[in-house]
Amino acid sequence: MITAEQKPMQEIIKYIEPYDKILLIGCNECVTVCAAGGRKEVGLLASALKLDRLKHGKTLDIKEITLERQCDPEYVEELVTAIDDADAVLSMACGCGVQTVAARYNNKHVYPAVNTKFMGASLSQGVWAERCQGCGDCMLGITAGICPVSRCSKSLLNGPCGGTSNGQCEIGPDTDCAWRLIWERLKALGLEERYEELVEARDWRPAGGAGPRKIIREDLAL
Amino acid sequence: MKTESRLEKVLTSGALAVTSEVGPPRGVDPEIVKTKANMIKDHVDGINVTDNQTAMVRMSSMAAGVIIKQMGLDPIIQMVTRDRNRLAMQSEIIGASAFGIDTMLCLSGDHPKFGDHPMAKSVYDIDSIQLIQTVKDMRDEGKFQGGADMKGRPNMYIGAAANPFADPFELRVMRLAKKAKAGVDFVQTQCIFNLDKFELWMKGVEDRELDKEVHVLAGITPMKSVGMARYMKNKVPGMDIPDEVIKRLAGVSKEQQPEEGIKIAVESIERLKETKGVHGFHIMAIEWEERVPEIVEQAGLYPRPQF
Repeated sequence: MITAEQKPMQEIIKYIEPYDKILLIGCNECVTVCAAGGRKEVGLLASALKLDRLKHGKTLDIKEITLERQCDPEYVEELVTAIDDADAVLSMACGCGVQTVAARYNNKHVYPAVNTKFMGASLSQGVWAERCQGCGDCMLGITAGICPVSRCSKSLLNGPCGGTSNGQCEIGPDTDCAWRLIWERLKALGLEERYEELVEARDWRPAGGAGPRKIIREDLAL
Repeated sequence: MKTESRLEKVLTSGALAVTSEVGPPRGVDPEIVKTKANMIKDHVDGINVTDNQTAMVRMSSMAAGVIIKQMGLDPIIQMVTRDRNRLAMQSEIIGASAFGIDTMLCLSGDHPKFGDHPMAKSVYDIDSIQLIQTVKDMRDEGKFQGGADMKGRPNMYIGAAANPFADPFELRVMRLAKKAKAGVDFVQTQCIFNLDKFELWMKGVEDRELDKEVHVLAGITPMKSVGMARYMKNKVPGMDIPDEVIKRLAGVSKEQQPEEGIKIAVESIERLKETKGVHGFHIMAIEWEERVPEIVEQAGLYPRPQF
């Protein structure tokens, strides 16, 4: 999923300073799962922002709405009436959601309340780690199910650099060396010889090198 | 002979090669490069010029390499894939070749985290093995990485690094095999302090007859002090410094430690000369270039062969 983290309060407060009526919108998808911008976080942020205004002897009118999916025009359409009353919109969705709202309501000021982080998986309660960079040409099939593009600090495609220490990456002991993990898994699966196959220089066009990416499915298009 | 490289001539002759390195300055003064190169020029067959080592901005390896080339010496320019994409690296290879530079080293480079620009974005368009392939295709096929024909080929003797001490150890011979398959001509290893482990790695290299495909230059670094040894043990990624080395340096007075460090370096060379598959030495005397000549002399590697 796409992970996100709430922006620092001071940054959010600064964004909405000029406005008295805010529409705060959450999203029921990824940001709910990673507890950054779901219904619960929308409620908490609304209270915190109102409290901050009160501390300065002012008030803030916040309407809270959490959409089923903020990156989907069908759900963003539901904002049609509520958005008219608002001076500005604060979105707790990932960058895709923020942009979908901004594109639909192009006369509204729209601000992000979270920083979109990465495509990751949950390791344990409250811990998420990057697992995919969306390079558009998945090589997990040759790397024993561990991604060197997203998990090697240098995205090396042919094996570990010389900086691996105690099985960890040279950037620090909290980061596993992706190639150590790949090698251990290749060994466990009896696929050691796969390591010596040369991986040629990648074509990075599917990764975004050819410009913004788009998927068009003729079979689904109306 | 594939190239005009002096290093290739020495290695092909069967003599033990000696290389050392010059770190370019963090400023514009060419005299610093010349002074350092002059300290070692008579005692080596090639002078590595590091490329923004430890991810600190310095004079480019190509520019410092040209200065050294114009002194009539033999630079080995290092190139890390961290800072440039394949277009920039290929144009640099052509430029270096136009200046007569004929030997280079293909590296991935230290992570920016270690340098003075930790906020920089790494490039890593290609990795070190893919850079080896790129240089080889330019040299042997006259092709750019993108497939187009080039006009006039860069005759580069192609080097890379090898670290027998990084994890996982059992992968380290295979890693060299992969570099050999990609087309590397020689490798310079990480500084060797754990000689037993190095010899174990060399045995693996020899068992697969990789020493027939790739010339291995053993990396030697003289320790200036026990403090430096401790720092390298604890802080430098991928280093293996046995406690005996630390004990030996700590066992002499502070004033005697540099001499002890040189002695350890010379003894290491003496032992590794006998190790099958070791075809030379790469002496990395960090900000201590002036001591390289005596190490080479004491190790019986002087005078250097002339071609």
